[in-house]
Amino acid sequence: MSPKTLYDKIWDSHVAHEADDGTCLLYIDRHLVHEVTSPQAFEGLRMAGRPVRAPEKTIAVPDHNVPTTPDRVNGIENPESRIQVEALDKNAKDFGIHYYPVHDVRQGIVHIVGPEQGWTLPGMTVVCGDSHTATHGAFGALAHGIGTSEVEHVLATQTLIQKKSKNMKVEVTGKLQPGVTAKDITLAVIGETGTAGGTGYVIEYCGEAIRDLSMEGRMTVCNMAIEGGARAGLIAPDETTFEYVKGRPHAPKGAQWEAALNWWKTLFTDEDAHFDKVITLRGEDIAPVVTWGTSPEDVLPITATVPSPDDFEGGKVEAARRSIEYMGLTAGQKLSDVEIDTVFIGSCTNGRIEDLRAAAEILKGKKVKEGLRAMIVPGSGLVRAQAEEEGLAEIFKEAGFEWRLAGCSMCLAMNPDQLQPGERCAATSNRNFEGRQGRGGRTHLLSPAMAAAAAITGRLTDVRELM
Amino acid sequence: MEKFDKVHGVAAPMPLINIDTDMIIPKVHLKTIKRSGLGVVLFDEMRYHDHGGENEEFVLNKPAYRNTEILVAGDNFGCGSSREHAPWAIKDFGIKVVISTSFADIFFNNCFKNGILPIVVEEEHHAVLMDDAHKGENARMTVHLEDQQITTSDGIVIEFDIDPHRKHCLIHGLDDIGLTMEKDHHIDKFEDHASQARPWV
Repeated sequence: MSPKTLYDKIWDSHVAHEADDGTCLLYIDRHLVHEVTSPQAFEGLRMAGRPVRAPEKTIAVPDHNVPTTPDRVNGIENPESRIQVEALDKNAKDFGIHYYPVHDVRQGIVHIVGPEQGWTLPGMTVVCGDSHTATHGAFGALAHGIGTSEVEHVLATQTLIQKKSKNMKVEVTGKLQPGVTAKDITLAVIGETGTAGGTGYVIEYCGEAIRDLSMEGRMTVCNMAIEGGARAGLIAPDETTFEYVKGRPHAPKGAQWEAALNWWKTLFTDEDAHFDKVITLRGEDIAPVVTWGTSPEDVLPITATVPSPDDFEGGKVEAARRSIEYMGLTAGQKLSDVEIDTVFIGSCTNGRIEDLRAAAEILKGKKVKEGLRAMIVPGSGLVRAQAEEEGLAEIFKEAGFEWRLAGCSMCLAMNPDQLQPGERCAATSNRNFEGRQGRGGRTHLLSPAMAAAAAITGRLTDVRELM
Repeated sequence: MEKFDKVHGVAAPMPLINIDTDMIIPKVHLKTIKRSGLGVVLFDEMRYHDHGGENEEFVLNKPAYRNTEILVAGDNFGCGSSREHAPWAIKDFGIKVVISTSFADIFFNNCFKNGILPIVVEEEHHAVLMDDAHKGENARMTVHLEDQQITTSDGIVIEFDIDPHRKHCLIHGLDDIGLTMEKDHHIDKFEDHASQARPWV
């Protein structure tokens, strides 16, 4: 048998039918659903009189529209947001799928809730009408975002019509320097490949620096695979993975756990398996990074200066000119001189407990710069509870951060947490697109530790100076 | 789904690279529970001023391009969020074909589900088509799906590739779910097998 990549193995074990032209029906083990990309899909089922084929494999949670302030117990003020969340309440009930409503302590961002509850397991296929489904690849699950028509297709048939992607390997060798985190790795990779570099590929991340990451860190890395254009990101499961999964509410137990473990241990890339593209980064060379522009590929070490459009070629010249203008920056300006108005720590990229610990370590005994708006939004109600138990919440509140309830919050401007035109934000989220955090808002992507450092000084800051 | 045959219409140029789905339709417009009516907010933040009112500089607001049916766009069109509201808005505006040197994966898939034809062309052909699109409303392109050909207003013919299954579905307006349900017995068989092999799933 020819050697296989991890992606090949998961793919091969989920093909329900293959047509002569290579078009496959890929069986889906877990379907995660949120309120924004699902209403039209459920409406489609109703109109056709179709049930959900596998409700026991379908999990829903509202996250995008949900306010994160304590007054949300009184209901959602924005009528459109309220209608979307109410539609999900009804659809979950009518179609009999697992549901974590707004008032449930387990509610949170769908990509944080899934792993936390043990729905996401190694070797699975996982989809969601959300591009950051790539997150679940951290478990060695083939996980990717789909559109609403595909959401309806999965609800009705538990399959997707797919053609296989190509294999790409991203190896990060060696050890990371102090102050450098999973977020810096994933941004540095996109800086290297560009936002279209992964198009048509599934990426497997490997190498010592990846192996050394916790599950939280691995989720951060895979979360942004989509920002590099890849269909999915994967990390082979190992003891770190099994340790994280064991004992979670929906993880297998007893004899089933043993059987699962036996299979999971076969989920790695065989020696000599073929990759169509290979990228290697040295962990030691990665610095704490920030984005300067309006594409996640616009990444530079915090010690760098804002580039000039002339530094680029082709279509990127005009794109960079537009970005620099939109961001209100000047070529040659030191990134560490860029003053900010807001700090946002949270999102499916960096809203897990380890992210909050990293921020707390920098913020302990420090104050947020006067006049700056700073908020921390835990990725789930359970992350929030744990942070309170560990005393992190006190550190944040004493520093001057707002301590919010779980949701997507300011990662995307669909709920009350938004930037005003021209407002500049240091954000631990995943997209710095024009208007992403609010019309005219300016986003600099960075790690939770870097965001905490920026909150203290009021400007983009090299976290290593505060360590 | 509506059958896709041939489009003969105005092509608009949008040379900017990395046009993301937040630009195509900002999230404030994702709060709908319907698929229709999103054309008016297509490219919202580029198309309208902050205080409301149309931005006359924006290509689709120029008189020549108000009835655009073909978009010639820069590289990596449709990157970012998986929102199908992006192709819904494009379709609702009246655009039936998008041409670029590359598309983001999810957006590309979403187009076919909505009767939009995304066409990938080589850079040299892209340059020819972009020039043609800059000529305004008198310069009409023709996109013929059956023959897999784009014809510029000057009569230059450019051929393109398309996955045969997707072509078949577009031409016949086929619904994916209906097609998959015909293969139901394969899915049943797979589930039987998987429940033995991986009972914990």
